[in-house]
Amino acid sequence: MANLTLIQAVNDGLKTAMRADPSVLVFGEDVGPKGGVFLATEGLTKEFGAGRCFDTPLSEDGIVGAAIGMAVNGLRPVCEIQFQDFIFPAFDQIVSEAAKLRYRSGGQYTAPMVIRTPYGGGIRGGLYHSQSGEAYFCHTPGLKVVIPSTPYDAKGLLLASIADPDPVLFLEPKALYRTVKGEVPEGQYTVDLSTLRTAREGKSVTVFCYGAMVPVCLKAADQAAEKGIECLVVDLRTLLPLDEEGVLEAAKQTGRVVVVHEAPRFCGFGGEISAIIAENAIEYMEAPIARVTGFDTPFPNTLEHHYMPDDRRVLDAIEHVWNY
Amino acid sequence: MTKTKSDASARAVPDRVEAAALLRHMLRVRVLDERMLKLQRAGRVGFVGTAKGLEAALIGSAYALRPKDWLWSGLREGGAAVMRGLPLSEYIAQMYCNSNDTAKGRQMCNHFQHKGSNYPSWSSVIGTQIPHGVGAAFAAKQRGLDEVHAIYFGDGATSSNGFHSGLNCAGVWQVPCYFVCVDNGWAISVCSRNQTAAESFADKAVAYGMPGREVDGNDVLACLEAAREAHELARRGQPSLLVLKTYRMLGHSSSDDPTKYRDEAEVLAWAAKDPLDRFEARLLADGILAQGERARIEAELTAEIDAEIHVQEAAPKMALKTLVEDVYADVPLHLRRQYNRFIAVAERLGHATPGDGAFPL
Repeated sequence: MANLTLIQAVNDGLKTAMRADPSVLVFGEDVGPKGGVFLATEGLTKEFGAGRCFDTPLSEDGIVGAAIGMAVNGLRPVCEIQFQDFIFPAFDQIVSEAAKLRYRSGGQYTAPMVIRTPYGGGIRGGLYHSQSGEAYFCHTPGLKVVIPSTPYDAKGLLLASIADPDPVLFLEPKALYRTVKGEVPEGQYTVDLSTLRTAREGKSVTVFCYGAMVPVCLKAADQAAEKGIECLVVDLRTLLPLDEEGVLEAAKQTGRVVVVHEAPRFCGFGGEISAIIAENAIEYMEAPIARVTGFDTPFPNTLEHHYMPDDRRVLDAIEHVWNY
Repeated sequence: MTKTKSDASARAVPDRVEAAALLRHMLRVRVLDERMLKLQRAGRVGFVGTAKGLEAALIGSAYALRPKDWLWSGLREGGAAVMRGLPLSEYIAQMYCNSNDTAKGRQMCNHFQHKGSNYPSWSSVIGTQIPHGVGAAFAAKQRGLDEVHAIYFGDGATSSNGFHSGLNCAGVWQVPCYFVCVDNGWAISVCSRNQTAAESFADKAVAYGMPGREVDGNDVLACLEAAREAHELARRGQPSLLVLKTYRMLGHSSSDDPTKYRDEAEVLAWAAKDPLDRFEARLLADGILAQGERARIEAELTAEIDAEIHVQEAAPKMALKTLVEDVYADVPLHLRRQYNRFIAVAERLGHATPGDGAFPL
């Protein structure tokens, strides 16, 4: 066991996968000798050589498109898109190609690959270094969408994603890269995709969250506990395919639900969680479902701390559904 | 950019066996297209995108590939796939989108694939296959495989993102692939001169640090010779761009009326350069082909195709479970639930057959 930050856990996960399987390749913009703009790939070129960890031309479409071809022809590509905000030139390759290849070919061709990308706000990155685009991708059958929030999960989910037979979009909460630390086992282990994690037990209110919102919700839950409200905090970890059973079970436990994400509200992932609960467990609900989200605006810069849900806004929603 | 002035008559007499094979493969493309168009007009298949006029470009260039090489298709290469091993049964099943189709009827007509001869599934999105072929060639190099990846696309695709990112990455990475732009003059209704201000699409190769070559796409031997050269370069890790200048004699597809946007005179001028007539005349002159031989081969091919059409007309019903299969390696719980709700309704209304039943939850 080592005590690692989230980004060190990602780095450890990449090294573990590359040591175990020579077909695993890491590539993207500035991921080679520089080690990536956040240092997620630090030391990989040195250990595995420029043949297995290398810089590509500045071409997101080319990175993901080539990754698909590599996956079809026997490699296990793990490519990086430097910021999720820059993924859109590759949107076509992800949505039209990687996600649909197995289906359209009747299972004859598949693209087992991982696209890692840092997402989310909190680093004063403005409109184009802060977005949370998970909802765009969760609307894409054939894709898996994974978001860790702890170092243990970051490594375990990454290794599970690399081993997965389907394409995985691995969204890393950059705000947590160096702000969370935790015990991470050495070597190979996996955390099953499509399983949620109970981050805190509680009987009063269920709070669904993921990524950088998990520590925010835990902080709010601590404050709620001081007021006698015990929150069940659920870290969804995999958004697609979602652990719907787990979501319903957690919602039914308290009958009071808050959903938190930093992405805009309209057509956001909170809407899907709310709808699943409304369709399947509305008779358990003691209060309307509350969403705490980013605004339906582009991501701001100076006022980002007001745009992103914080413990005060989450606590307000918890109290609202509790007192309803 | 090299412009190859092709003058088939100036060449040496072609290899007899090779020439006969090329002619037969080209004729099959034409006969298949004609037969499929008739089926489309009869309402038996939904859509046909023919290769009429492109037979020399497609067959000549693809003939350079070895069985272990890959052909990444852009649309009209189905006849080349048959030449390389796609069974007629699968070709026609795909046109019918029936239960014998290896893609389980999920793609619209004319979207062929054949794993056995390395002809991957392609989407209808223009240019996206270009970086795939480059990535696959990268994998071949990485894995030490003696494989060449021929990446096909049309003139319109040269304006796509995939063209730029694919050729750019291939040039930087020096992987065993080459690019075949089948410039048939028209991207649906937009002519090639409205696609680029460059004198030739082959000029674009310069920007990617690779050789570019424009070839008479209606001369099958010129296409073969140029593809062999590109293939040889690719085996040495040098990608190149081959532009086969030809002409799409019919509409973009059976749903398109080309008289709305192009002159009949242009079509007639190209009809006079028909690649099949031209090759036939050449082979007759060289004494490789006998008078009446072409008609005999066409009749043979038609009989083969017709026999297979009868088989495909009788394909069993598509299994309803294919609705939710192959989205992921396993059918996830939410899809099993969605299907089970659907099948309960279908069963109640008598639309389901045994075997369509619910998934275990």
